[in-house]
Amino acid sequence: MTHEEIRNKIQSIFIDVTENAAIVLNDETTADDIDEWDSLVHIQLIVEMERCFGISFTAEEIGGYGNVGQMADGIAEKMGVVPENRP
Amino acid sequence: MTFNELKKNLKKDFTGLKRVKLALLGDSATQFLSLALRAWGYEKGLDADVYEADYNLIYETLMDGNNKLYRGEYEYIIIFQSAEKAADEFYHLPREERPLFAQKRASYMRVLADTVAANNPQAKIIFFNYPEIDDGVFGSFSAKTSYSLLHQIRKLNVLVQDLAQEKGSVFVLDVLSLVNRVGTSNAVSSKWYIVSQNVFQIDFLPAVAKACIDIISAFAGRSNKCIILDLDNTIWGGVIGDDGMDRIQLGDLGIGKAFTQLQVWVKELKQRGVIVAVCSKNDERVAKEVFEKHPDMVLRLEDISLFVANWSNKGDNLKYIQEVLNIGLDSMVFIDDNPFERNLVRSMFPAITVPELPEDPASYLTYLQSLNLFETVSFTDEDLQRTRQYQEESQRAVIRNSSESLEKYLAGLEMEAVVETITPFNLARCAQLTQRSNQFNLTTIRYSEEQLTQFLNDGGKAVCISLKDRFGDYGLISLLLLEKKNDVMEINTWIMSCRVLKRGVEEFAVNEVMKVAAAEGAAAVEGAYVSTAKNSMVKDIYGSMGFEKLGDGKSRREVRCFQPFTTFIRRYDSRRN
Repeated sequence: MTHEEIRNKIQSIFIDVTENAAIVLNDETTADDIDEWDSLVHIQLIVEMERCFGISFTAEEIGGYGNVGQMADGIAEKMGVVPENRP
Repeated sequence: MTFNELKKNLKKDFTGLKRVKLALLGDSATQFLSLALRAWGYEKGLDADVYEADYNLIYETLMDGNNKLYRGEYEYIIIFQSAEKAADEFYHLPREERPLFAQKRASYMRVLADTVAANNPQAKIIFFNYPEIDDGVFGSFSAKTSYSLLHQIRKLNVLVQDLAQEKGSVFVLDVLSLVNRVGTSNAVSSKWYIVSQNVFQIDFLPAVAKACIDIISAFAGRSNKCIILDLDNTIWGGVIGDDGMDRIQLGDLGIGKAFTQLQVWVKELKQRGVIVAVCSKNDERVAKEVFEKHPDMVLRLEDISLFVANWSNKGDNLKYIQEVLNIGLDSMVFIDDNPFERNLVRSMFPAITVPELPEDPASYLTYLQSLNLFETVSFTDEDLQRTRQYQEESQRAVIRNSSESLEKYLAGLEMEAVVETITPFNLARCAQLTQRSNQFNLTTIRYSEEQLTQFLNDGGKAVCISLKDRFGDYGLISLLLLEKKNDVMEINTWIMSCRVLKRGVEEFAVNEVMKVAAAEGAAAVEGAYVSTAKNSMVKDIYGSMGFEKLGDGKSRREVRCFQPFTTFIRRYDSRRN
């Protein structure tokens, strides 16, 4: 799974959880850029990502990613895939 | 169902659903639970207005008499105290006080309950009990020492039960059983507790919300009252018509045990007051013979209120069962191993609960037990009599069909009524009538036992009517609550069991009310009809009883010149044995 594929998957999870189809993520996106992304939504996003990718974040990781790109990297690492095309 | 799936309900249209007001207080984060409650309410046709109190301020909120909690007329106050916070408290106690932990916390919960009752006597309090935490300090030795956390939590859960038994307004949401069902590792999450103060995993919350809404639905009169069973491959293995009595599978051998266990469960339900009916494609004689003669049958004909075995389609038979038993389709559960029959019933009667059974009969029972199909908010002596009452009803149906006139039929029933006020002996039944009756219920005001007692203490009058006839005893079947306002006796509540419709009990009740009104010096009796989705059968009752319509939905009948209605019911003041 490429970095971009993971990010697209994250984007579809965002859309599903927030029920806002207009959300577009890039690597630099942070919680400040998306109105719905508050602490409650964050919990739901993490739970859905854990389910979707079959991984588990540690307590520290849950609040630790600076942006969507870092999150995707974290997921790739947990899944044991080496990101092929990280720019 | 995951939380994310359940959450989608929040966007749906709640208009027309029954509104209920809940207050949720917790000592851990409750935002998700609050959303889950509203979303699960939608599944049960409820528009739940959930007021979420400030985080971890249970005591402060309840003690503040001016809090929105008390001003908003909340009907259900849900108090979710977590085992995690209880554990914190336990660890902070000096060693010598630890053996008293459960008692102290139970006393504290009693104070909370009393405070709610003092500020809002109408409210029902729903306490969560405590999932067990084995902290690994004492191991199995916990059982032998009252200094252990696990020992104290177990004791606390028993004390919470005691509190609920003692106080009519207190109910327990058995979250401990829910956790046991899915396993601690699927319910509780220390990770999420540390990160966000959420004790439970987010995907466990739909189960918690369901259990809570089950209780509230039962209060709203929306509980299942009847289980309808298919026979072949549902309550025994094999097909009686093909295999014969000696070849069907039942009893201790092989898969027979699964069916026997299912029957034991149904028999327990019957003894709790759930009506059991049979609906089977079979020859009636052949099917009944199993109930009469098979040595391993647990269910017998006397357990079945209505036995329908023929070759008509199940939809028509269910319609017939519904008419004879005179209960709502939405209070019926249909159990059938055949997916075709299940889908047919689902499509014809969406209101009937039709559990999808697992493929393996060995799993039928545990699956059905996991669904909590028969939540209730009361259990009285009447529940124990129900099967007999519905069987008697079928006998009456035979007489009714053979009598030449209604009068002859009614006279032939030899009805006797006992009229009394609310007493300690019938209080539970009276409260239950107000909580469960939906059809013959003029105002649909629900009362707890405490509230009924309060009503009487405030000067209200009650007329309770019990009825029996030559076929059997109906028990207490009608309740009227009366309040005198100036020179008018107002009918605050008029409820009657639909089992005794059109036997003259309506007229008999009006006679009694007029008698009370005259004795209390009232000039007239007034009653209102408050329309609900289910009580249209009584919308014209006052008119048919000679009341005059007033402008505001009320009807009135003068006490002067009232000529009592003729009925075929003999009246007694107390029960004769």
